[in-house]
Parts: sequence; C-alpha cells; structure tokens
Amino acid sequence: MKCSRRSFLKKGLGSAVAASLPLSSFKFLSPAEARAAVGDPAVRWGFLVNTYKCVGCGMCVKACKKENGVPYDLPITRTWVERYVITSDGEDHIDSPAGGRDGYTSPKIEGKDIPAEEITKAFFVPKLCNQCANPACVQVCPVGATFQTEDGVVLIDRTWCIGCGYCIMACPYGVRFFHPVYKVADKCTFCYHRITKGMKSACVQACPFGARQIGNLKDPDDPVTKAILTERVAVLKDEYGTKPQVFYIGLDENVR
Amino acid sequence: MKNHVLRPLFAAMALVALILTARAIMVPPDFGVHGKSFTYNFYRAGAVSDWKNFPVSYKGSTYCVECHNENAESIAASKHRVIQCENCHGPARNHPEDPETLTINRSRDLCLRCHAALPYPGSLRSELPAIDPAEHNPGEACVECHNPHNPNLEDME
Repeated sequence: MKCSRRSFLKKGLGSAVAASLPLSSFKFLSPAEARAAVGDPAVRWGFLVNTYKCVGCGMCVKACKKENGVPYDLPITRTWVERYVITSDGEDHIDSPAGGRDGYTSPKIEGKDIPAEEITKAFFVPKLCNQCANPACVQVCPVGATFQTEDGVVLIDRTWCIGCGYCIMACPYGVRFFHPVYKVADKCTFCYHRITKGMKSACVQACPFGARQIGNLKDPDDPVTKAILTERVAVLKDEYGTKPQVFYIGLDENVR
Repeated sequence: MKNHVLRPLFAAMALVALILTARAIMVPPDFGVHGKSFTYNFYRAGAVSDWKNFPVSYKGSTYCVECHNENAESIAASKHRVIQCENCHGPARNHPEDPETLTINRSRDLCLRCHAALPYPGSLRSELPAIDPAEHNPGEACVECHNPHNPNLEDME
C-alpha cells in the first residue's frame, strides 16, 4: 500500500477535524421528541377587562410604567387606555394622550370641545398584550428570542433579541415597541414576575374599580374563568386568528 | 471520480461542519423546544427565570398595612378604600430600607384623574362624584380642604 507524506497529512488532518466535531451539533429536533417533552400545564393566564367599570383614571398605565421600568416620559407604554366618544351624528372621537398615563381630566378631544348633549355613548377601553394562543409576533422572530411560556404568556429574551423589529410590525394590536434602554423589543408580560409569585399584575392591582382582572383560565373556579364562561365577552380583532386571551366585557363596534 | 470533482463537495461538507460546530458552541445549552410547538416554544429556558426574577416595585396595600395599621383603619371607612396605598404614596419597592421615605403625590391632578367631570353615559366615570376643575376652587390643592383618607367634608367636622 502506497501512502505519500502528502496524502497521509491530508487524511490525518481530515480525520482530526471530523473527530473533534461534537455529535450533538448534528442533532436535529424531531416532532415526536418535542411533543414528548411537554406535560400538561395546569395554568393558562387570561385577562378580563370590563369597559363599563373603567373611569379613565390611568392609574394602571402609571403603575405599569413604574413597575416594569418603561421610560416614564417617552411615548412608549406596555398598556394604555383609549377614550371613545360617539356623537349623535355617528362620528367617533378617539384619543389616548400619553397612553392615558395622566388620566382623562378634560372633555376636550384633540383640542375639540364636544357638547355633552351630542354624546350618545362614551367609554374607556384599556389595552394591553393579548398573550395570543397563536402569536403572530413569535412566528416572525428570526432568532427564537420571543416565545410562549407553558402558562401561555409571550415573553422576550432580552439577551437573545437582536432588535430587528419584525415582531413590532407583526403584532396586529400594536402592543410591541422598541425599548430604548435595552435596545430590544418590549411588551406587556402580564407582569410575569408578579403573577408567578401569586401577586396580581401591577395594572390589575392599581385599578380601584376592578376593571382589570387576571386569572387562570384552566381553573374553572377562578372568577375570571367563570366570568368568561358565563358572561358575554369579546376579543379584539378575532378575524386575525391569533386567538387573543384578553377578553372584554362591553366591547363596542367602534373599538379598533 | 476525479479529485477536482470531489474537491468542492469536500469544501461544502467542511463548511457545513464548521457552521454546525459554531452553532453548538454559541447557542446556550438550554435552548430548545420547551412546549408544544417548534413555532412558538423554541427558546432559551433561562429567559423564563430571568423574567421571574424581575424586581417587584408595587408591593400592594397588604404590605403597607403590616406597619401602617392606623392609616389603613382611617381609610377603611371611606369610599377611597378601593384605592391602593401606592397609587398616591408611590411604589414601596424595598421600603423602609430603600427608599427610606415615600414621596406622597398631593397634587390636584391626581384627584382630577377620577373627579374631573366627564359627561360619559354608560361609563362608570359619570357616576363618580365630580367637579368642573375650572370652576371648583381652580388652582387650589384638593388636600387643603379634603382629607384623601376620608374626603367627605361633612365627616371632617
């Protein structure tokens, strides 16, 4: 058998590289493997907003920003309150100055005075992340930085997010924004650090009127689950098929 | 087969091996599918505990009552009992160590969040006691006359 020095070195180098490759780098996930890793989580966080009870005080927005370290004076917020005023001519007047952070203290909407006798209905609608069962934002993430936890909350891995902004564009509800401090995408987490300790989300706790409630949708005795099962509730933008888990009592066709 | 035909194939294989090796080194070991689907549950497991360890700022009124029982009693009889202490007193964070004292928000704007009159039928807002801020002692702080823990003026006499 002939073996030149050149071919010996070549083959030797080749086998050395091949031997140094960890076997795990060739491992791909099989669907069966992924399925086997999943138990049946006993918790699925859901949210209930009662728009009849909301008075537009904005304490929820303030508490959320302070709790979660969202820069207070920048026009970004994880939750906000919108005001809808429908007049007798069928016009809708909608505003949300600073996300309702300072509450609604003036009847003026974008500088316009609307006479009380012309108002047919008017109400406040708090908004936050819907923690969708089929989150569009997670689907578009190119790096696996945003994900759904086993208890149904969509989170962002701040060490892994590259700040590309795809998810901000993909969310039909506009709840995501770019965090100027951490330089990553950011959004409502249902206050994951609080609900996993048995506390309520900061906005839920701050609301004096119980307009916001959070609960475990897998627990049939949970007041939120009971209300969703027995009362007439609606979700935002159902037609997108994202299966939002924030339910509203008293939602109006004018709400977008 | 001739060597010059196989050479690009070997080069391609080496490149794939290099990429896979780099992936194995750079991707954290706890990165994987932690849930039902690859689409929604492909993530670094440590990120969940990162979020769980986020500090809590608003401790809730039950935390305040542990020491400030007399203040809790004073508000219990008033309609303002539904308002959390921290809504006006600010987040407790690690009080009494850090911060040692909380700054109370005594501004008129704070009261107006609920009590500025808005004629909104169908909303709870129109059922709250309300004033027109331009006519009801404009510029004055509400707390000059009203005790926030018991704002009813008749009760104060």
